[in-house]
Amino acid sequence: MKRSELLTFTASSIYCPSADIHIDPWKPVERAIITHAHSDHAKWGCKHYLAHKDSESILRMRLGPDISLQTLEYGESFTINGVNFSLHPAGHIIGSSQVRVEQQGEIWVASGDYKLQDDLFCPPFEAVKCHTFITESTFGLPIYKWKPQHEIIDEIKAWVLQNKLQGKNSILMGYALGKMQRLIKNLQPFDQPVFAHGAIYNVNEQLRNAGFDLPYVPPVYNANKNDFQGALIFATGSVLNTPWLKRFEPYSTGYCSGWMAIRGAKNRKSIDRGFVLSDHADWNELNTAIDATGAEKVYVTHGYTDTFARWLNERGIASAEVKTMYGEEEESLTETTEA
Amino acid sequence: MKRFTNLFLELDRTTKTNDKVALLKAYFLSAPDEDKLWALALFTGRRPPRKIKTAQIQEWAIEQAHIPMWLFRESYGSVGDLAETISLILPANTSTAEKTLSEWFAYFTQLNKATDEEKKQLIIAAWKQLSTYETFVFNKLLMGSFRIGVSQTLVVRAIGEVSELSSAVVSHRVMGQWDPYLTSYKELIYGENSADTTSKPYPFYLAYGLEGKLEGLGKPEDWFAEWKWDGIRSQVIVRNNELYIWSRGEELVTDKFPELESLKTQLPSGTVLDGEIVCYENDRPLPFNILQTRIGRKNVTKKILTEAPVAFIAYDVMEYEGHDVRQKPQEERRKILEELFDQTEIKGAFKISPLLTFHEWDDLKNLHLQSREHAAEGFMIKRKQAHYLTGRKKGDWWKWKVDPLSIDAVLVYAQKGSGRRAELYTDYTFAVWENDKLIPFAKAYSGLTDAEIREVDRYIKQNTIEKFGPVRTVKPQLVFEIGFEGINESSRHKSGIAVRFPRILNWRKDKKLEEADTLDNLKGILKAYK
Repeated sequence: MKRSELLTFTASSIYCPSADIHIDPWKPVERAIITHAHSDHAKWGCKHYLAHKDSESILRMRLGPDISLQTLEYGESFTINGVNFSLHPAGHIIGSSQVRVEQQGEIWVASGDYKLQDDLFCPPFEAVKCHTFITESTFGLPIYKWKPQHEIIDEIKAWVLQNKLQGKNSILMGYALGKMQRLIKNLQPFDQPVFAHGAIYNVNEQLRNAGFDLPYVPPVYNANKNDFQGALIFATGSVLNTPWLKRFEPYSTGYCSGWMAIRGAKNRKSIDRGFVLSDHADWNELNTAIDATGAEKVYVTHGYTDTFARWLNERGIASAEVKTMYGEEEESLTETTEA
Repeated sequence: MKRFTNLFLELDRTTKTNDKVALLKAYFLSAPDEDKLWALALFTGRRPPRKIKTAQIQEWAIEQAHIPMWLFRESYGSVGDLAETISLILPANTSTAEKTLSEWFAYFTQLNKATDEEKKQLIIAAWKQLSTYETFVFNKLLMGSFRIGVSQTLVVRAIGEVSELSSAVVSHRVMGQWDPYLTSYKELIYGENSADTTSKPYPFYLAYGLEGKLEGLGKPEDWFAEWKWDGIRSQVIVRNNELYIWSRGEELVTDKFPELESLKTQLPSGTVLDGEIVCYENDRPLPFNILQTRIGRKNVTKKILTEAPVAFIAYDVMEYEGHDVRQKPQEERRKILEELFDQTEIKGAFKISPLLTFHEWDDLKNLHLQSREHAAEGFMIKRKQAHYLTGRKKGDWWKWKVDPLSIDAVLVYAQKGSGRRAELYTDYTFAVWENDKLIPFAKAYSGLTDAEIREVDRYIKQNTIEKFGPVRTVKPQLVFEIGFEGINESSRHKSGIAVRFPRILNWRKDKKLEEADTLDNLKGILKAYK
């Protein structure tokens, strides 16, 4: 008799029946392993959480200081009911982890969100050999191919400088958690005053207090209008088309996201500049990562699921699409993430 | 190519007119003349025709990218632009090219005599040296689909400022027929070339829609009013005993309207008139859709000439006795026009747009209601002191169109848009009731705000009943008020009716599905306005 699958896809999570534990549940459950602290993967209301130690400060900030949270190092493992669990770097954001699950020699890896490019802030992705791999497919089309990070960083620096010379402030937008720390880390040292939107300031300070090496970026709310002259302001995408921006006039807006690879996506947002910088794997990275796992079976979650699964099948890797609730991250361009 | 690609990207990034002009000026100050000429040709819509079949370009691209056709189609569906999709899937370039824009156009001429295999090698070799953005622009040029969000007015302004010529002069010089393969930038902008000055049209003066009340225009006696005809805006030129007819799209259309051949003898040499070509029968203009049956046909057959005969309704004169009279006031130009018309013995297809008699603005308001009966779209209101200006200008010429016809209809099918709206469902098909069935009758693309588009898009994605390729059948529920300009019988449409310029006027969230209009309502409108 064939025993049940090591991991299953339920109406609320990726679930391990043998250990009765959920991975990134989108409904409250008893025990949850959290791959990373983005809001579509780390939901409120579970009884016990388990995550990488670098996720702790943000998880407590977002889900409550008193949540029951156990943390692990990368590579550290524990066993429940004969099932062995361990976390491995996913390279997506600080603390992001792939969850390796092993029972009697059979290995599954749930990768959450990941990227292969080293962003020089969070530990880079490590391929984990497995039989079954669960992959995202946010950018699972061959039109998405990222340039090296340093090229994008140079583009941003040139844009900021040009704005400064024209007497404009630069409003650089992206996710508060992950993208912004990556930008701050790689754009420093700064040749102009810098400020952060409150949401970003909070994340930064949380991480700095937890010991991460990030420069101090003062919050916008403590500054005067006079301070905003040729300044660089880190903001979330939610400020677009709001009066919050008024104090920075004249300014230019830039948005950092993988979606910016497509002209239409950039134009729809009515922003001045799109920078193609993503914390997700591009087309080549997805394929490289899957090959590196040696997996014979791949489940494809959030993104271009059906397309990417079909592509893998045609390449001879048994693959199926899976419906989850991931991919609805804060500020995500929901119209472009239709599964 | 780098310089031109950068110009393209930077123009694409800004919506501010002054920034665009500054970018264009910088380009026209720094680029070599050969490139400027090509850039000008592209900016004024003179793109050379497609050199290679799109299907071939696509085939070579997917071969280079090592992906199957279906995956290419999926990608194209997400990008919404073929040239861009190809630029994104191709492997990164292995070297860089130093060719300029004009050198690439010279490269294209090699394609003319090449075999398919040679063409393929030429294109692939080019791709290998171009960056992603350069490839995008290259593909657009190759496919004859290059477009850019810069108006001719801005380009003219920029060239005027860098060459210290007036906009009017530059505007005139870049009009008409010229070929970037055959002329030079210096000749075009600084020299007068006699061969094509004979055919060269003047830039059209375009009106804005009336803002606010008629009374805001001041005294009625300072103004002319005439019907606004619904045809093809055209310029008739008779010089050196030759006739040239230009459409507003700067196309030479003389051959498409043999009925107007007689204008060559009816008008004295050295005459340029502004007016409208409309289909005309029994002293009455016919609806635009009859004219439409002629547009785009390669050959004008006898059948067309009997079924859809055209006339030229003149309403202004730009050149008289070989002199540019655009600086004379409207009133004087009108007199000249009337004289020209009166001197013509057999009028035939030559008509003059009558001036409407009114003393008070209220007279005009009453008359406006009769627009449709006169086969007009409303009024043109022109200040008697107006000069004939260049391009779209406010102040002296106003158009006052009739309200569109409208009907409440149900969204039944949706398709993704292209370009800016590639990932959103923005192309909708609407239906009206016939008994308990919904009969599709019109497609409409525009009229919603971005926020509404996103909301409808979400509805469509969550309420899809079936998918046929790119088209989704949507659960009927959303009701929209659809406006249109004209209505006609049509054997090609299931509803038996074709509407002109359909567009969304309002999202009728207050209306239930059952409250949408019926096919009988549509037929009623047809009866009333035919």
